[in-house]
Parts: sequence; C-alpha cells; structure tokens
Amino acid sequence: MKDGLDRREFLKRLGAGTAAVAAISFAGCRPKGGGAATISEGGDMPAGEMTCRINPKTGERVSILGYGCMRWPTDENGDIDQEQVNRLVDFAIAHGVNYFDTSPAYCKGMSERATGIALSRHPRDKWVVATKLSNFAPSTWSREASMAMYRNSFKELQVDRIDYMLLHAVGMGSDAMREFESRYIDNGMLDFLLSEREAGRIGNLGFSYHGDIAVFDRLLAEHDKYKWDFVQIQLNYVDWRHGRELDPRSNDAEYLYGELQKRGIPAIIMEPLLGGRLSNVHDHIAAELRERRNDRSVASWAFRFAASPEGVLTVLSGMTYMEHLRDNLATYSPLEPLSEEESEFLKRMAQALLRYPTIPCNDCKYCMPCPYGLDIPGILLHYNRCVNEGRLPSSSGDENYRRARREFLIGYDRSVPRLRQADHCIGCKECVRHCPQRIDIPAQMRRIDRFVEDLKQGREF
Amino acid sequence: MFLYVDRGISVIEMIYYLCRGVCSASTYGVSPPEENQYRMLRKIRIAAAVVCFALVTLLFLDFTGTAHAWFGWLAKIQLLPAVLAVNAAVVAALALVTLLLGRVYCSVICPLGVMQDIAARLGRRVRKNRYGYSPERRWLRWGMLALFVILLAVGLSSLAALVAPYSAYGRIASTLLAPVWAWGNNALAYMAERADSYAFYTVDVWVKSWATLGVAVATLVVVGVLAWRNGRTWCNTVCPVGTVLGLLSRFSLLRPVIDTSKCNGCGLCARNCKSACIDSKTRTIDYSRCVVCMDCIDKCNKGAISYVLRRKGAAQSAGRSPEPADASRRNFLTGVGLLVATGAVKAQEKVVDGGLVAITDKKAPSRVTPIVPAGARSLRHLTQHCTGCQLCVSVCPNGVLRPSDDLTTLMQPRMSYERGYCRPECTKCSEVCPTGAIRAVTRGEKSSTQIGHAVLVMKNCLPASEDVSCGNCARHCPAGAITMIAQSGRRDAPKIPSVNVERCIGCGACESLCPARPFSAIYVEGHEQHRTI
Repeated sequence: MKDGLDRREFLKRLGAGTAAVAAISFAGCRPKGGGAATISEGGDMPAGEMTCRINPKTGERVSILGYGCMRWPTDENGDIDQEQVNRLVDFAIAHGVNYFDTSPAYCKGMSERATGIALSRHPRDKWVVATKLSNFAPSTWSREASMAMYRNSFKELQVDRIDYMLLHAVGMGSDAMREFESRYIDNGMLDFLLSEREAGRIGNLGFSYHGDIAVFDRLLAEHDKYKWDFVQIQLNYVDWRHGRELDPRSNDAEYLYGELQKRGIPAIIMEPLLGGRLSNVHDHIAAELRERRNDRSVASWAFRFAASPEGVLTVLSGMTYMEHLRDNLATYSPLEPLSEEESEFLKRMAQALLRYPTIPCNDCKYCMPCPYGLDIPGILLHYNRCVNEGRLPSSSGDENYRRARREFLIGYDRSVPRLRQADHCIGCKECVRHCPQRIDIPAQMRRIDRFVEDLKQGREF
Repeated sequence: MFLYVDRGISVIEMIYYLCRGVCSASTYGVSPPEENQYRMLRKIRIAAAVVCFALVTLLFLDFTGTAHAWFGWLAKIQLLPAVLAVNAAVVAALALVTLLLGRVYCSVICPLGVMQDIAARLGRRVRKNRYGYSPERRWLRWGMLALFVILLAVGLSSLAALVAPYSAYGRIASTLLAPVWAWGNNALAYMAERADSYAFYTVDVWVKSWATLGVAVATLVVVGVLAWRNGRTWCNTVCPVGTVLGLLSRFSLLRPVIDTSKCNGCGLCARNCKSACIDSKTRTIDYSRCVVCMDCIDKCNKGAISYVLRRKGAAQSAGRSPEPADASRRNFLTGVGLLVATGAVKAQEKVVDGGLVAITDKKAPSRVTPIVPAGARSLRHLTQHCTGCQLCVSVCPNGVLRPSDDLTTLMQPRMSYERGYCRPECTKCSEVCPTGAIRAVTRGEKSSTQIGHAVLVMKNCLPASEDVSCGNCARHCPAGAITMIAQSGRRDAPKIPSVNVERCIGCGACESLCPARPFSAIYVEGHEQHRTI
C-alpha cells in the first residue's frame, strides 16, 4: 500500500512517537444512508468519498474536513443569512462533512443559533457538534456567568449532548496562566465540565490553544488528571517549523503536534490557512504551487498538509462561500496525503513566504469600528496587496525603489483616507481582543507607520 | 528673448543683433524687408511673453515641485522680489535691460502685465481701435510709489503687496487657477486609479483664506476691467514697479520713434496704444509709460514708426499738463471699490461608510504668536520681505501653509496643523520663495530650527480626560522632545506627555496627530524669533 508507506515516512519525519500512531487509524467513510452524493453545482468534482478519521475514544467517524462556523454568510445588514447557512450545511452533510465547530462568541454571538437551526434539520446521528466555553470577558469569569454560557449553548444548538466541548483559547491574555485559572480553575468550571463528561452531556472534552506555551505544557502535563479527549491546535506548513517566529510566546506546530502524539491525544487543526495567508500568497509562490499541480487550488496544498499527519482528527475551515466548500470537498474526497517530496517542497515555500512579510488579516472587520477612526483592515490589506504583488520595496537600495515608493504611498492614500491611516493609531488596544487572527494590530500599525515614514523621509532601510 | 535674461552672453548677443538691425535701418533708410524686421519684434515679444507667462503660471499650479526645479528662477527675476531679496545682480540686470530696451520687463517678464495684455486683446475683439492718448498722471503715479515705499518702510508690506504686480498675479493664479488645475488633476487621478496607474494622485482642494481669495478676485476684476477697457492703465498709474522702470525707460537706448516725414497723423497708432502714451497730434511718445509692445509699429500702415537708437537732443517727451480725472481713472477707482470677498460653496467632505467612526475636523487653536516656516528667521523678517505671492502656499504639500487673515500681515504665509504637519523631509517653501522672506534652508537646518514650541492642554489630553493610554505625540515627535510621564497624584493612571521646549522645533507632528478633536490636546505656539538648537 503505497499511501501507507508514505504516511509512515511522513510521520517519521514529524518525529512523532510510534505508540500513538496505532491509536488513531485512517479510514474512508461514507455518510450513513446518504449514498455517494455527487457534487452537482459545478466547480470541482470530488474524485471519491470524504476521508474520515476515527476518534480513538468513542470510535465515531469524523470527516477530515470540519466546518468552522465562525464565518457564516451575512446579509446587507450584517445579520446571518440563515437560508445560505442551511444550503451550505445541507451541501456539506450531503458530501460527507459531519463535524461542525462553533462557539458562543462567533458571528457576534449568533453562530450557535444559526448552526443549531441548520443542523436540527438533519438526523442527529449524521453530525457531531463542537462548541466552547468562551468566557473571555472578565464579566463572564464567575461560575454563574460561565454556567449560564454553557447551558445556553445547549439551548441555541437544540441538543441535549455536546459532542466536543472546548476550553476556548487557553493561553491568551497578558498573564495567560492567571487568566486560565480565573476562567476555569478558580470558579470550578473545569471540574464541572469533567463531571458533565461523566454524566454524558459532553461527549469529548478538550481545549483550544493560542498564545502562551506554558499553559499548553501545563495542561498536557496534567493529562493524567483531565484525560483530554482532543486538543485543538494551529497547524499549517508555515507554523510547522516557524510558529515561534510568528508568535514568540508560542511554539512550532511540530512541537505541539508531537506533544499530543506522545500522549495519544487526537489533534483538531485550526488555522490550516494561517488566517487566509496560505490561500492568498505572493504571486511567485502561487505560480510555483500552480505549476506543480495545475488542477489544484493554492489553498488545497495547505489543507493537504494539515490533514496528512495521522493524528489529526479533523481540519477546520471557516467556509463562507459555496466555492470554498466545493474546493475543500474536492481536496478531501478523498485526501491525497502529501508525499515526502511534496512536504519538503511546502516547507521550502514556507520559508519563501516568510520572506514576504504579509500580515494575516483577512478583512473580517471584527476590529472595526476603531474608536479613533482608523480603517484597520484597509491599512493592512493595502500593505498585504503591495507585498503579494511584489511592489513593496524591501530596501531603499532596490533598483526600482523610487517607483515602488511612489506606488506604495499613492496607493496608500487611495486605499485609506489620510485621517484614517496608521499614524493616527494611539495604541488603545481596543481592537486587539477582537482580532481572531491574534494580530497585534497596534504593533502592526506602528510597523507600517514606520515603514511609511521611511518612504516619505527617504530614510535608508 | 528675455527667457535668457539671466544668461549674460545671450542678452548681449541679442542686443548686438538688434542694434545691428536698427543701425542698418537708420543708416539706409526704411526698406520693406527691414519693416518686416520691426514687425518681427512684436512677434518675438508676444512669443516670449506667452512662454514666460505660461511658465510663471505653472509655478503656481504645479504642486509636485517639478516645474520649480527648472523654472523657479522666473519668480526670482521679478523686480520687487529681487529688491526685497537684495539680489543685486538681478536688479542691476533688469535696470540695464530697461535702459537699453525700454520697459520690456512689463510686457514680457511681468505676469500681471501679460495678463492685462490678454484681457486687452479680448477687449479689442469687441471694439477695435478703442484706446486714445491720455496725458501722464504723474502725481498719482509718484504718489502711489511714495505710498508704496512708505508702507514697505514702516513694515506694512502686506498692504503694499496689494499693488505689487507679481504677487498680485500670484494670488490670482494660486487661489483661482490652481483649484481648477487641481480638479483637473483629480479627475485624471480618478481615471488613473481605475486604470491601475500611479501617474496621478489626488490632492486636496480647499480655501486656504477667504480674505486672500477676496483680494485675488478683486484684483482680477479691477485689473481685468481696466485692461479690457483701457489697456495698461494699471501699469501706468498704480504699479510701483512700472513707475520705477518708467523712470529708467525715459532714457532707454532703443525706443519706438515716429518718423514725422512719413507720419500722416492718422492716429491709428494712438488708438492702438495700450499705454495711451502716443500723442498723435504732437507725434511724440511718452517713454516713461511705453512698455515697448511694438503694437504701434505693427499697426502703422505708413511704416512711420521704427524701433531705433535714441538720438541726442531729440526732445520727445510727452505732454505733461495734468488733466482732471478721465474715464480710465474713474474706472480704476470704481474697481477698487469692488474689493469684496465673494462667497463660494465650501468643499464637501467625503461621506464615511458605515464601519468607520465619523472624524470631526480639527480646528485651529488661537495662537498667541503665529508660526512661520523655518528660513523666515523671525516674524519681523518675514513681514518685511514677503509680498504675499502665495508661491510657498501653493507648493506646501502638507496643507500647513495658508495666507494670514490678519490685516497687518494679510496674505503672508502662516502655519497651522489641522491638515498635516511640517514634515521633516520637506523644505519646499524655502526653495521657492523669490523675495528671501523664507530663506533657503537644508533639511538639517530646518530640523534644528525652533520655529515654535508645543504646549499641552491637559483638559483635552485623553490619558487625563478619558483614562486611555495614548502617547501618539511622543511616538511621532521627530525631535524626541516629548516624554510620557505619570500624572501627578495618579501613579497608575495612563501617562501624559511632557514637552522639552529645549528640543521642540514646533513642527506640529504632535498637534496634527493628537487624537483629541476638534481641538488638539497639544498645540504649537510660534516663536517671534527663530532659534537654532
């Protein structure tokens, strides 16, 4: 079996423990009772059936493509377009997707309800749902408030059992350990959730990790106590070896995944596209990826990378548009794991990508409105556009520096009115906690401002 | 030909060829080919005037500063600016040229003069042969010149500047033409943006001073109407530069002369003389008012007028009996009465879209001492030298400079930071100033000149008023003059700025980038006397 060999070698390269490999197996799955539905709305045609992984604890099949419900389509008023949501969910389920991941915080708090409505139209055994205890705000740290949030999830999702429950984004905050304890330990919420798992109202208990590695290490060290059923981590071909470069408090995805494998904990993958950065890459990189496989989208490479390790239970993708859903279905029906050579190729691409310093903003506008009038996504997107189109002067000594300088500055004024540009950021940090990509927006504003000043003043850099 | 006025050799060559032509004409008598040669002179004058006028106008329109690199000298050879800048070489050259050729300055170099010629040309289309001789209004001319000198001497140069020809034209070009130019540019920028081109970029169009706009409109109306009806009335009654040059041109070496043997006294020349200086009855020309436009040479169908060397003993001065005010003077006085500001529609601000907070426009604080650019040295130096031509205001890329509305310094540049601040890399105003009111400074000199100092208005400062941590002023201070310090008695409250006035240069980065609106929490007070760090 050629595939198996590749996978084994791949895992060897990942440096994962061999014991864990046995725990999670790899299998194809067919949606129960659905038959092999074909994708009829045009676009990419999946070659076969959705690849599924098996949850080692419950034995349930989980589709390798998980539906991230943080970015449901909205109408012109900014409200969720339920009709569209239903269509997307129907299409996804019809093509083998059975894992839906939401949170009380998503879509201005409206995601759980919309997801619940869409899912309730399908038999309960055709999908599993994941939600989170998203008690970020200090006002929700109390036991009562957290409990209310937990109970409300059942109501919104119209379920009596939450299949996957997560402590949401542990490791965030300036004093991450303290914040973790305030959110889950001091108020007894973690003990409560453990008892809920005991009682069967929670199928699997895990946590999603962002930020401070100390919290991740601590929770894994206490695995014997908590018996995590899964852990949600950020994994993609850039974070694999460069996670710490991107976020110095965190660590490489290779480390995170390895730690989970050592303990036989299945990994759920978020940010397979690094906040959209791996689908909207620099023209040079896009050309290289496309040349290798004309029939594959740029994003498909990132999805194949994220799904290839066998310890991965599912890969989450927040799909707003049918085109994204189709493309991902095509990638994962079935998954064609990366060959060793392809994997090395992507790691080279990761290094190339880092040379183009785009900011992982995908224009979700959660940070807006800025109280001081800045057009934050406008500024970041202009910067990224110049990076991706190869129009960002990397040094004042570039041969086309004068032209690039002119284009950057004129384009900046065109994209963002002067009064809304980066130099007006006062660093109030109001936006930081809203950014799902964890971009340190004030720091980026300063970096861009400094860059603009370099250009305007003709300073050498 | 006066394009070459700053290049000695060319001028000398030019004069040589002219003299040769003239001498041969006077030696051999007038023959048809040489008559054509004189007619050529008018064409040369018109061509040179058009080129000069277009380029000087371009100086006021071109906000990129490209034109200044090539043609900036055209502003610096204007007589009054050269005098104020104590540019002896230019003043001497202009005097010499006038002594040799007459007031060609007025018909070629002076943009206000050329503007009047354009208005007069349009007037002649409506009614031909519309001018006539009028005697010199000597008392008015000399009175205006005396008043002008007195105003300059007592430091009221802003009032004197109202009649200074080059700066009067500058105000017209920069307040009335430049917006049209900018709108045209913005239309191109709009198209360029859609064509993904970076050839054009949008610029702000705004009324920098209603008073100056009013003055410009009034000047345009008065001068334009006078020129339409009577040609060069302004130049020969009001303009101090015209009066001074008239003094010299009385004795000019070359001059138009009426050959009485050929003249039949038809008066066609007088009826086409914009300067009203040809008395066809006595067949004499008043050379103090003649701007050597050569129109008379062209008009005379007897070939009786030629541009020749002055002959000794030929008394050809004009009649001098002062007469009561005639139509042209009345026109002039009514014109002055029209000095009223006109209203126009205020530039509309772009409507913001839903996801953005509305931004209140900044308002200028009342400053005890106005701020003027580095290079101006002191308020006094600027006031004494500036003629309010608006060249600096036109080229300021940051929306900092605008004309003063204060009566004693009307139209002179002032700085304010509601739209931007005096950026460290820019020294444009000092580069273009023709009068030396803003002396040329390097970037280094500019960044070490204290033109003012920042003052904190605690009640507006966000860390103090709203407990928000900020520090945008400190972050953007190019001089590193702002330190963030704890609020007294409130150790854990966000920090507030503290200005080191020894380091502050008054560039206004702090004021411009302060988030407090409409009044910034930190603003700049000017220095009467600039200091160097």
